[in-house]
Amino acid sequence: MSTATVAPVKPKEKKEGLLSKKNRRTLFDPLDDNNPITVQVLGVCSALAVTIQVKPAIIMALGLTLVSAFSSLIIALIRDSIPGRIRMIVQLIIVALLVTLVDQVLKAFMYDVSKQLSVFVGLIITNCIVMGRLEAFAMAQKPWPSFLDGIGNGLGYGIILITVAVVREFWGAGKILGFQIVPQWAYDHGYVNNGLMALPPAALFTIGMYIWWQRSRKPKLVNVS
Amino acid sequence: MKILRNLIDKIKPNFVKGGKLEKWYPAFEAMETFLFSPGEVTTNKVHVRDAVDLKRTMITVVIAMIPTLLFGIWNVGYQHYLAYGMEMTHMDYFLFGLQKVVPIIVVSYSVGLGVEFIFAVVKGHAVSEGYLVTGLLIPLVLPVTIPLWMVALAAIFCTLMGKEIFGGTGMNFMNPALLARAFLFFAFPAFMSGDIWTDLSPESGQVILDAYSGATNLVAYDVNYQHIQSVSDMFFGFEQGSIGETSVLACLIGAFILVITGIGSWKIMVSVFAGAALMGLFFNGIAPVDDPTNYMHTPFYYHWLMGGFAFGAVYMATDPVTAAHTEKGKWVYGLLIGGLIVIIRAFNPAYPEAVMMVILLMNVHAPLIDHIVVQNHIKKRLRRAAQ
Repeated sequence: MSTATVAPVKPKEKKEGLLSKKNRRTLFDPLDDNNPITVQVLGVCSALAVTIQVKPAIIMALGLTLVSAFSSLIIALIRDSIPGRIRMIVQLIIVALLVTLVDQVLKAFMYDVSKQLSVFVGLIITNCIVMGRLEAFAMAQKPWPSFLDGIGNGLGYGIILITVAVVREFWGAGKILGFQIVPQWAYDHGYVNNGLMALPPAALFTIGMYIWWQRSRKPKLVNVS
Repeated sequence: MKILRNLIDKIKPNFVKGGKLEKWYPAFEAMETFLFSPGEVTTNKVHVRDAVDLKRTMITVVIAMIPTLLFGIWNVGYQHYLAYGMEMTHMDYFLFGLQKVVPIIVVSYSVGLGVEFIFAVVKGHAVSEGYLVTGLLIPLVLPVTIPLWMVALAAIFCTLMGKEIFGGTGMNFMNPALLARAFLFFAFPAFMSGDIWTDLSPESGQVILDAYSGATNLVAYDVNYQHIQSVSDMFFGFEQGSIGETSVLACLIGAFILVITGIGSWKIMVSVFAGAALMGLFFNGIAPVDDPTNYMHTPFYYHWLMGGFAFGAVYMATDPVTAAHTEKGKWVYGLLIGGLIVIIRAFNPAYPEAVMMVILLMNVHAPLIDHIVVQNHIKKRLRRAAQ
């Protein structure tokens, strides 16, 4: 939350382009410099739970991106008419609506993935990224930048999720996206899949390694979160 | 010696600032101080420089581990020939063990030190000697049948995640060697529990005895504590287990060396044993009377002798980096380790050995214990000042 990009609203003279420099930053900053998981430290819980395999991680990232983008858009549209004291309830209702939509679509068209993700789709509603971005960004910004911010943060979350899932599925099952990567002869010569990688702690220290790598690449991020 | 010194002096200009191989100075420095004691003197204001630096400390711990290592090597051979019912000389036992244990040690050292060297060169800090201890502890806490590539993986993991990610030797909050073992335990459970404690490589013309059982005493203990091996067997270490953990006697010799040299804290060792004794006596008190073979009836000193208790208490819990630092805190830390080990052994039959996890758990809590001790002290002083 500490680095949330709450830019002071200032009167603008001329209309901004759809992908102006500022908007591009809103969209791309969360991918790395302001990543929701590794820098803002939001939404870590689901990153631990749904990253055993790559496929559910991708679905989860897409679901969260949709929810976060459209809830930001809707909240930004009605931000001036939300009474300050009940804004959380209003946000929750909108997020809940979108989460239910995603959940139902998954159940209808991708039943086994939906089974695998189990409660975690429903729990997008409690995902700190969605609420955090609504509070920090969409409540004070115009609809279009808010929409971009929602997409950016969803994708930033997705990058971490998929990176972690690739590491965990490769070491834990020798596969990526269900395709066998580690050849059979390796197993014949005594290679064994790493059982630790199937457990949630593995996601924790994989994210830790990612943060380590990210911080040593960009010293300005050290001690930011 | 003279030739070596001359050689080092000759190549040194390449490594110092401005030289061709400046980047490799940490690696050079490590080799130089490994061969010769450093000749630097303090250049600033006067202060006392003790002869015991990090390198000497670590070497002392390595020396203290030698009894367990030697006994472990012998026991590997002994258990192997015991399973086949063959009578051999002590030399045969020892040679068989040597052949099985030395590769594990070599892999552990070379891989771990390799990672340390890479980090030293990349980050430009000196190679630290901490790995000399960790690299020997890892083989001692593993079963002899562990595949070598797993040892290598564990060494990489514990150096990266146990130390380097936090900033190197002295910055870690968990014991790296135990972390390596915990990593293997969860990553490859089939190679870390079950019938893997004795090396059963085939002997020509011999078959494994029917009486052979791969279970350690801790497994037997959960079924009927009276069926475990005799006290003297467990004390001297004629039992199955990880390479270095079986002999309590060897651990005590190591403890003696550590305490005499002042490197290991006797307070932690004593309080770990005391904690287990108190908790063991407590369980004896509440044990069901109508079930005389229940594990709660186990005499408390069995807990001292079974599994890796002594090894953990002497070599692992006393790690000065990860243990509690305050003197009172050391007592609390040790008592909690001893007590928790007995609780988990008694109430978790699915997980017979608790020493590893309990020490890691208390490593994590050691700063909290220190904090409470310090805060209490501050409060006490404030009260006294207010009077």
